[in-house]
Amino acid sequence: MRARLPRSLPESALARHLFLAAIGFVVVVLVLQGVSDFRRFQLAELAYLGTAAGGLSVLTGLNGQISLGHGALMAVGAYVTALLLPDRDASTPLPLVVLAAVAATLVVGALVGAAAARLHGPYLAGATLALAVAVPGIALYFKETLGGEQGLRVSLPDPPGWLLDAAYFVTGQDLTTSGYVALLAWVTLLVTYVLLANLARGRVGRRWRAVRDHEVAAELAGIDLGRARVSAFVVSAAAAGAAGAMLALTVRLAAPSSFSLTLSLTLLAAVVLGGLGSLAGALAGAALLTFLPQVVTDLGTDLGLSDIQAAELTPLVYGLVMVAVVLVAPTGLAGTVRSFVARRRPRRALLTTSKGTTP
Amino acid sequence: MQQFLNTALGGLTLGMVYAAFALALVLIWRSTRVVNFAQAPMAMVTTFVALAVIEAGHSYWLGFAAALFSGLLLGAFLERVVVRPVEGKAEINAVILTLGLFIVLHALAAVVFGNRFRSFPAPFGIRGLEVGDHTIALTGFGIFTVLAVVVVMALLVALFRFTDVGLRMRAAAHSPEVARMLGVRVGRMLTLGWALASVVGSLAGLLIAGGSLVHPGYMDSVVVYGFVAAVLGGLDSPVGAVVGGVLLGLSLSFVSGYVGSQLVALAALGILMLVLTLRPGGLFAHTPARRV
Repeated sequence: MRARLPRSLPESALARHLFLAAIGFVVVVLVLQGVSDFRRFQLAELAYLGTAAGGLSVLTGLNGQISLGHGALMAVGAYVTALLLPDRDASTPLPLVVLAAVAATLVVGALVGAAAARLHGPYLAGATLALAVAVPGIALYFKETLGGEQGLRVSLPDPPGWLLDAAYFVTGQDLTTSGYVALLAWVTLLVTYVLLANLARGRVGRRWRAVRDHEVAAELAGIDLGRARVSAFVVSAAAAGAAGAMLALTVRLAAPSSFSLTLSLTLLAAVVLGGLGSLAGALAGAALLTFLPQVVTDLGTDLGLSDIQAAELTPLVYGLVMVAVVLVAPTGLAGTVRSFVARRRPRRALLTTSKGTTP
Repeated sequence: MQQFLNTALGGLTLGMVYAAFALALVLIWRSTRVVNFAQAPMAMVTTFVALAVIEAGHSYWLGFAAALFSGLLLGAFLERVVVRPVEGKAEINAVILTLGLFIVLHALAAVVFGNRFRSFPAPFGIRGLEVGDHTIALTGFGIFTVLAVVVVMALLVALFRFTDVGLRMRAAAHSPEVARMLGVRVGRMLTLGWALASVVGSLAGLLIAGGSLVHPGYMDSVVVYGFVAAVLGGLDSPVGAVVGGVLLGLSLSFVSGYVGSQLVALAALGILMLVLTLRPGGLFAHTPARRV
């Protein structure tokens, strides 16, 4: 694995991940500077979906636990954010808000994870599906605190002065609100991905994979199955919580309709398509979730469907993609690309050696 | 007292529907070890078929039959074409596949039939029966619901107990290798199992839709309740599914009547967690510990 990486990349995993994240940050700043406010909003959406998908991908791909409840976990993060940012004057510092959202989701994730650690396959899917269906009802029941059907409005605090100055200094333009939100969401994504990538490469990730691949062997090697499963679920839930906080800041609303069953299912679709266990794949899947609807809907209206019908083509494509991926390429985009590269490499190597030996 | 009685009666009717739905899940689980999360949209699609037939001017019963028949075809088709390749593979693949089907059928129905609420007729009165000077919450359609589910259960029991096909289906589900050696066409039996399950699911869909509104998402929560009911009964036992369905219907009806209808799904989640923690094999487990 190490040998395949370009020589210019640092040796240690942490340094390499930080280096990639820094490059990512520069790219994000450059892209955000060059696009319209509408695109910035879309890019913020891509970032929070990508954050949640990354967490789900690690859970399902590395630990083999499926979760249909990540939409519900995002709701926890979003509602905590909304409760802490009721209006502009009484706003809590933003890093604290995000940390509180992550902490609350961590607690919920630990509870769900402790129950989920005993379950597998369809049982786990059914239990988390029940979670996804149940959570919006809580917001409806506690109407006074959680705002019922209308939801809670989120007021975004003003960006700090130094950031405005820095943004003007670097890009030569004023930082718009959507630019600020997109920046926040992307920084969250990069931080989450660096943490997830490090966990996945280290001892914790090896334990998760061992539990996924062979329970008995893992147990014989001294791994506590329950603890490994709960820790995977908690980490994944934390990512979903951060994503939920960013969602609340981006759309400036936390309402039950944002966290329907469809959200959880499409997140799973993104992760399956991108390739389970791959962060790059999760990001690619999230990009598809963000940009596909417009393309498909336009195509639908061109074909003579009504707006409402055309809007339903998007989930249709997600569903078909999920079915097709499971039937044709169970490793998803990332896996297919990887095996394609792997298949080509030895062949080239073989070619060169055979050329070398035969006169 | 009257509220208690009415809540219980409402719960009983609802419980019979959950029982039918749980039965559909159990039928498929027994034969293919797949929890068919797409069961709800499958039932929804067949309900829309019935609605199309009825709105074309035909009688309710023709629509009813059309729904059950289209359910039969849909179940057989999906098993043979889509599900067959993942049977016996990693269980996560089957889960993802049925969820993909869930989304596909959902979206397809919204494109074809429209994404709005439409009222679905009922063949019998949907007003409560009057006993003395009280109106009780047992409707004509409610009685029909209970009877329909009981009849279907009796037919299924008869099929599995007394017919040759039923015996083959049980053999194929229990031990496919041996059954194949003895000349049972296992694949065909699995297709038949899915088709039957899909019919039972369609029935549940029709019973829920009767006298109320249908919408591409109207069965979504029912798949959760059906699953909880099936797990209550042990996911392996048809009788357990029915008892689980009735118990769940009663409990959820009381939650809805005395606490708040918004918390019904949360209560179902609580019951599911309780069962999976305390008695993972369901209420009627006779086999010792089973991996859940």
